[in-house]
Amino acid sequence: MIQITRDPIDPDAAIRQVSSTQAGAVVMFLGTTREFTAEKKTRSLNYDCYPEMAERKLAELETAARDRWPIVECSIVHRLGHLELGEASIVVALSTAHRRDAFEAVQWLMDRIKEEVPIWKEEHWADGTTEWVHPGLPPQEN
Amino acid sequence: MKIEVRLFAVARQLANQETIAVSCPESATIADLKQAIIEQLPELATILDHVRFAVNSDYADEKTQLSSTDEVACIPPVSGG
Repeated sequence: MIQITRDPIDPDAAIRQVSSTQAGAVVMFLGTTREFTAEKKTRSLNYDCYPEMAERKLAELETAARDRWPIVECSIVHRLGHLELGEASIVVALSTAHRRDAFEAVQWLMDRIKEEVPIWKEEHWADGTTEWVHPGLPPQEN
Repeated sequence: MKIEVRLFAVARQLANQETIAVSCPESATIADLKQAIIEQLPELATILDHVRFAVNSDYADEKTQLSSTDEVACIPPVSGG
């Protein structure tokens, strides 16, 4: 199941969604808002996306993960909009018969999501400035 | 033809627009579109070597050919998760 939402993420709901008597393992990754990046202090984050493509890419990644691992249930939820420190921006939860597959599949999904899904994070620094995060892009002057 | 390009994140910030209309030759490719953007919207020139383009919600390459009905988007390096 794929969802992009402006509502707070409910990790318990994700666990319930993927739990199954066919599975012996449930693995969940939660991405949360970190206060410090190197020495820079974050006040909050903002996430934006290209909605149609982001949903499509997440669904394609779920399908690709199901082709590689025997996944019983899978739930990926990404949050958009304003996030306070400590709040979750993403949950990837899935269940498999055995734990190794679940660990591998969650890690693979997170790595792919961070490379392919058109979602962007904007840092709202404690000094009052804001900055879109674009790995590999030289700093822009505005 | 006119190609409408959706902008996101830093691209939207630099252009100060959510969508740009770029004049391109008929059957232009993504490479042609990038050249046209450099000429018509020089404020985006600094990021064009670092962004990908999507056509109808799939990543395109430099040789992908465009038509005026395609949905085209400029995708700066992503930072979700």
